[in-house]
Amino acid sequence: MTAAAFDADRAYRLHEQVALRPEPFGALAYHYGNRRLNFLRAKELVTLVESLADHDSVQAAFDAARIDPRRWPSFERALASLAASDFLVPDAHDAHEGAAA
Amino acid sequence: MTLIEEPRPDNLVLSPVKQSGLAEQMKRGLDAPICLTWELTYACNLQCVHCLSSSGRRDPRELTTEECEAVIDELQRMQVFYINIGGGEPTIRKDFWHLVRYAVDHGVGVKFSTNGSGIDAEVAEQLAESDYVDVQISIDGADAETNDHVRGAGSFATAVRAMEHLQAAGFEGFKISVVMTRHNIPQVDEFKAMADHYGAQLRLTRFRPSGRGADSWEALHPSDQQQRELYHWLMDHPDVLTGDSFFHLSALGEALPGLNLCGAGRVVCLIDPVGDVYACPFVLHDEFLAGSVRDEGGFQKVWQDSDLFTELREPQSAGACASCGHFDACQGGCMAAKFFTGIPLDGPDPECVLGHGEEAMDSVARAAVSKDHSRTTVVLGRKPVS
Repeated sequence: MTAAAFDADRAYRLHEQVALRPEPFGALAYHYGNRRLNFLRAKELVTLVESLADHDSVQAAFDAARIDPRRWPSFERALASLAASDFLVPDAHDAHEGAAA
Repeated sequence: MTLIEEPRPDNLVLSPVKQSGLAEQMKRGLDAPICLTWELTYACNLQCVHCLSSSGRRDPRELTTEECEAVIDELQRMQVFYINIGGGEPTIRKDFWHLVRYAVDHGVGVKFSTNGSGIDAEVAEQLAESDYVDVQISIDGADAETNDHVRGAGSFATAVRAMEHLQAAGFEGFKISVVMTRHNIPQVDEFKAMADHYGAQLRLTRFRPSGRGADSWEALHPSDQQQRELYHWLMDHPDVLTGDSFFHLSALGEALPGLNLCGAGRVVCLIDPVGDVYACPFVLHDEFLAGSVRDEGGFQKVWQDSDLFTELREPQSAGACASCGHFDACQGGCMAAKFFTGIPLDGPDPECVLGHGEEAMDSVARAAVSKDHSRTTVVLGRKPVS
């Protein structure tokens, strides 16, 4: 399966087969589906990832998390790579697809 | 060590913190292992000449079903993502399938290594249905001759039958696991083709002089030239898994994808059939015994408080390798490989790609294998003619 390109204007959520374990540096993430391990190397990134499902877009999650906009590019790269390895998946309540999606 | 099983190279993709910071964090250890190896039994129907646990006979003091369940409960509390079950041949245990189900039901994923003898059509179908169980079939040659030389007569056919059952059941992405030896490194392309044929994933790991491997080391460990070939092959095949076990080859140039550090007692460990906890699967020796899950405080106390693991998490001296410009790349190599070839732990790896290992090996100081469960004397026969 090839994931569509990451789009910060869309909504994402953690894949249901991904487990997060808090660690001093952030969190370890393990995907039971593809059996990959990822390191979330900042606590703010963990909070952001966990909050994605509550927002209609990644951008909205950024705004709500009050992360310094100068750090957005590195966080966005991190989210994009999580999406590329299927740790994050597009969420049904995507603003673009509407409530019926 | 057996650390990370994700397809490389995007296993360490997230960069808000620099990579070196993460490696340092790993060296100081985690509150719980990322994964751990659990040898459920020393009983085995095979007697491979390189078996790292010298398996064969069952140990009568084996953990009971209830004790195993209690360990799984503990691993669940510690949020250990998954366990690598091995042996011995783990499917020989009568409660094996029960324990697999128990672990999965308690949120602990399972990957188990088998020689394939317990995988018939029915078992394969059940396995294909679970997202939380992964299977690893061990072979050590791409043909019966090369494989059976190490693993015993008929073992290649048994493994192939198991792979056919898994494929027929639609189990995609099971693992074919190969220990790299002098005889099978020339066959890496054949292993890859075999994995592709079965819809499986190839996993290549390093041969260590542990267990019966200490006796077959001289005859089976790869040559310098083969190590170089393997390094380039791995660089060209980023989808092949390695359990991060070839980090000593990173001194040859660009680092192999992965953490490139020894995870023993830091991010991985091993529980043996009687509940003893060792720093890694390749050091089943009193020197690396941290405690037992049967001790008060159980596994968690051993992981978090044992003297041995505490020591392994302290900054390690580069020792004899301090003046070498490649230490950052190879980290001095594998602790187990040094220990069982008589090299001090702060000395070079016996297979140091710069050739420093050869002179450091000491046959006199070589540690004797302290745990032997072999059923009979196991001797490596003549090398197969190919």
